[in-house]
Amino acid sequence: MTWTPDEMMAVAAARRLGDGTVCFVGIGLPSRAANLARMTHAPGCVLIYESGTIGAKPRRLPLSIGDGELAETADAVVSVPEIFGYWLQGGRIDVGFLGAAQIDRFGNLNSSVIGPYDSPTVRLPGAGGAPEIAALCKETYVMLRQTPRAFVEQLDFRTTVGYGDGPGSRRELGMPRGGVTVVVTDVGVLEPDPRTCELTLTSLHPGRTADEARAATGWALRVAADVSTSEPPTDAELGALRSLKTTAEVAA
Amino acid sequence: MAEILPLADAISDVVHDGDTVALEGFTHLIPYAAGHELIRQGRKELTLVRMTPDLICDQLIGMGCARKLIFSWGGNPGVGSLHRFRDAVEHGWPGPLELEEHTHAGIAAAYAAGASNLPFAVLRGYAGTDLVAHTRVARVTCPFTGEDLAAVPSIRPDVGIVHAQQADRDGNVQLWGISGVQKETVLASARSLVTVEEIVDELEPRPGAVVLPGWSVGAVSPVPGGAHPSYAQGYYDRDNAFYVAWDEISRDRDRFADWMRAHVLEAGVAA
Repeated sequence: MTWTPDEMMAVAAARRLGDGTVCFVGIGLPSRAANLARMTHAPGCVLIYESGTIGAKPRRLPLSIGDGELAETADAVVSVPEIFGYWLQGGRIDVGFLGAAQIDRFGNLNSSVIGPYDSPTVRLPGAGGAPEIAALCKETYVMLRQTPRAFVEQLDFRTTVGYGDGPGSRRELGMPRGGVTVVVTDVGVLEPDPRTCELTLTSLHPGRTADEARAATGWALRVAADVSTSEPPTDAELGALRSLKTTAEVAA
Repeated sequence: MAEILPLADAISDVVHDGDTVALEGFTHLIPYAAGHELIRQGRKELTLVRMTPDLICDQLIGMGCARKLIFSWGGNPGVGSLHRFRDAVEHGWPGPLELEEHTHAGIAAAYAAGASNLPFAVLRGYAGTDLVAHTRVARVTCPFTGEDLAAVPSIRPDVGIVHAQQADRDGNVQLWGISGVQKETVLASARSLVTVEEIVDELEPRPGAVVLPGWSVGAVSPVPGGAHPSYAQGYYDRDNAFYVAWDEISRDRDRFADWMRAHVLEAGVAA
């Protein structure tokens, strides 16, 4: 089967989620990838949405975090103060799975504004749950399309901390664990250098080149010496991914 | 005991110009009908509190009802931007909108602190973010361990407004499915209004439901369809076509004004 760059991105992200992982998942690209994981290699993956649905097993993709499909298929539904307090802050979540408008070389994210805060050229939706998810999960996965507007030298606003200003930053900020461990894009996969915390291209999707990845990145992107090539999506993965419809698509 | 009132009377009684008004419903059970009544009655200078200001806040902002917004995520969920909210922030139309921007964890904790009659909430949050320079957050030291933590001021609205599935004739309220911060909103607020899909003779217990005894609620108004176009579990799903359509309706100031006139200002409560 042929596939699109977005499908490759979803499959590559889904493969990262191990079976049994407890994952706090954002709506949109992360939700699609996390549900693909649950439908393929990771049926025991526990999906938690910030609306308080724990162990949601949606049969179709939620339109928003308030979608009744999440509540009806969840093991438990708790209040919003409880999900952020007892479950996230309580240290019970393995992976936070986020998107963003901008990312920098240390995996810090912007989802607040483009331009100055007090007179923005584009007012974005804002933080939502992301800052505490990235601060408190054991690790954070990020998914976004790789373009020079999204992968920037300098964020317009730091909504969410990845590795802050580099090595040692998280510890100084009172976050002794966690951090962005993988960024999956439509071009390839970036992972932080264990010494410098700088996001480094470690894998390219089939047919993509390191030069393409560099051109799509607003900072001087480091490329691993032994950059690998992602396995293309299998027919089973593509079949599962394409069967995932949104609630609206099912209703139509 | 909660007073059961028609929506227009309830809004007129409990919400005054200049109030801080929390409208909650975490993308489920959004109190649209109550928001529309605020617009019809021409409330002004409101400080709106809503974790996820979506279309109802876009409408209140675009109609000039709000002076300030306290929030943590402002978008059209699953669709894109809120164009009236953006127009207010980016261009000051129809007037300037002051923002107090938090994280979900921060606002959720602030509501819980408000409901608990505490002046502030403590959490592990905000550290290292640019929000710190632009919002009301401080650092506090734990008096027992010396640990450095974030503090956010409690949310204590003048009025809390939520939508629920049912109430009984004594004003006891039951809501189920995704329950968000509705309980905290009612209990943190000086006055409260709960709109409900229906008034029933007897509440049938539901697994995981939130029950608010009638004596803890100010007013209850029966408004069938009061959360439309959002979801009301057990009653209706989200009218997604409207959320998509709103993206176009709200892009243009005149088209927005025409839509509001036809569908809110000149429409009754039942619309």
